[in-house]
Amino acid sequence: MPHIEIRDISLIYDTPSGSVPGVQGVSFSIEPSEFLCIVGPSGCGKSTLLNIIAGFLTPTGGEIKIGGKIITGHGMDRGVVFQDFAQLFPWRTALGNVAFGLEMKGMGKAEREEIALQQLRLVKLEKFVRSYPHHLSGGMQQRVAIARALAYNPAVLLMDEPFAALDALTRDDMQRLLAEVWRETKKTVIYVTHNVAEAVYLADRVVVMTPHPGTVKIEVPIRLARPRDPLSVEFLDYQKELLRHLGGGAVKA
Amino acid sequence: MHDVVPASAFVPLAPGAPAEGEARWRVFARTAFPFLVVGLAWEITARLGVFPARLFPSLEEVAYALVRLTVAGILPHHAGETLLRLFAGFSIAAVMGVAIGIAMGRSRRAEDIFLPLVSIGAPIPGIAYAPLFLLWFGLGNFATILLVGFASSFAVIINTWTGVKAVKEIWVRSAQSMGADNQRMFRQVILPGALPYILTGLRLGMAQAWRILVVVEMLAGVQWGLGWMIFGARELLNTDVMLAGVAVIGIIGLILEKHVFQRLEDYTVVRWGMMEQ
Ligand SMILES: Nc1ncnc2c1ncn2[C@@H]1O[C@H](COP(=O)(O)OP(=O)(O)OP(=O)(O)O)[C@@H](O)[C@H]1O
Ligand SMILES: [Mg+2]
Repeated sequence: MPHIEIRDISLIYDTPSGSVPGVQGVSFSIEPSEFLCIVGPSGCGKSTLLNIIAGFLTPTGGEIKIGGKIITGHGMDRGVVFQDFAQLFPWRTALGNVAFGLEMKGMGKAEREEIALQQLRLVKLEKFVRSYPHHLSGGMQQRVAIARALAYNPAVLLMDEPFAALDALTRDDMQRLLAEVWRETKKTVIYVTHNVAEAVYLADRVVVMTPHPGTVKIEVPIRLARPRDPLSVEFLDYQKELLRHLGGGAVKA
Repeated sequence: MHDVVPASAFVPLAPGAPAEGEARWRVFARTAFPFLVVGLAWEITARLGVFPARLFPSLEEVAYALVRLTVAGILPHHAGETLLRLFAGFSIAAVMGVAIGIAMGRSRRAEDIFLPLVSIGAPIPGIAYAPLFLLWFGLGNFATILLVGFASSFAVIINTWTGVKAVKEIWVRSAQSMGADNQRMFRQVILPGALPYILTGLRLGMAQAWRILVVVEMLAGVQWGLGWMIFGARELLNTDVMLAGVAVIGIIGLILEKHVFQRLEDYTVVRWGMMEQ
């Protein structure tokens, strides 16, 4: 049974200047522990879709099942990482941020800090446990955000372009780190990006969306052994294939 | 002779003790400078005899009045009573203001009810309510404290409301996805997220509380208080006493600012990088 089933999801935004479609009739499913990337041109509705899966937005049509049950809102079975560095709570240290979900679960201080420390170790930030977010670089903040989303052990990790605002070098490091974290934790991941190389590097399968109003254009399984070599011929072939589906030069690798 | 230079000479100057000491000296100089200028201008005006000496005492006379009244225990008594009323009134404003402001920021219905009232009430000078409060609640401390609390709550309400509206949606969503219930969302996210604005509101509320309290002490028929002392001294043309009272208000205000509000800020929003120092 697939872990997540997305069936015919649509959402129409009501704005003062009329209704704007966010996404239109999106359907696909994700297997347990699968790493799924969603790519699509800017404004096609990737964030909208992710926010619906996270339960922050209610779709105007369709339904989403996680583990066979229809979702009705946000829940602790899903961890979310956004693009915006500001997602961390500035008033909490890295450790305090990561422990937040466990605290909400009612776990005792010693225990939750122990787990949070493990998570920070997983993203290689054990030296910055007591730092406040504004003293961390963008890449470090995003690593804290990933640790925070993993700490309370949700089965699903939802990520919306978490590395898009980082410089290219840091971004490569972060992708490698994420691939490692995923290999160790075996979460089901839905990862939104409009970077084709990133999708080929990370994904088991890539869902390509059409331009706005977005729907699924095609699904491309990436059959490459890990760790993947971004300079291999096969890797570049996949990139070309995805770019072709996206409509040529519209999206930069 | 000079060819052996200690390695440390090449280490760029770290922001160590001497630099910090200088910075502190500078901060002090910067703080003191405007007072020196005003004091000097005052002293010159007093010595030139532009006004009759009775109406424009020199700083020396004011300082003397300050010491005399302090030693006699009169000034501390006045200041103590005023401070009690100030804190009682301000506490009402802080608690009510933050509560109403948060309710307005979080609930559409609370906003619909309170916003028109606050918009009308805020621009009216607090002292305009004084006759009403004194008629309703009688002369004395009760009416005074209530009025101080009422008049200074507006600044707290408006700033808290703005602050709650400015809490980032992404914090709320993150907290929701991590299972925060309403109460924890309030305590762990909304309150700290709105804190920079709340602190500003409290600061403005405190200033407002001072302003209204000093005047109301005159009207409320209380026996002690800095406002009472200042206005009482006016009857007898004791300008040195009046100025001593004004100076005490200024000094207390400065102490509250430096040792309460700034400390609170340094410990919270500045430490968290939510506000520049
Ligand atoms: N809050 C909103 N109100 C109205 N319209 C919106 C809102 N959010 C998004 N939209 C519209 O919905 C469409 C999809 O937006 P969305 O943010 O999901 O795109 P995206 O694929 O994530 O884009 P990007 O790659 O730039 O992040 C866009 O046309 C956008 O204008
Ligand atoms: Mg987006």
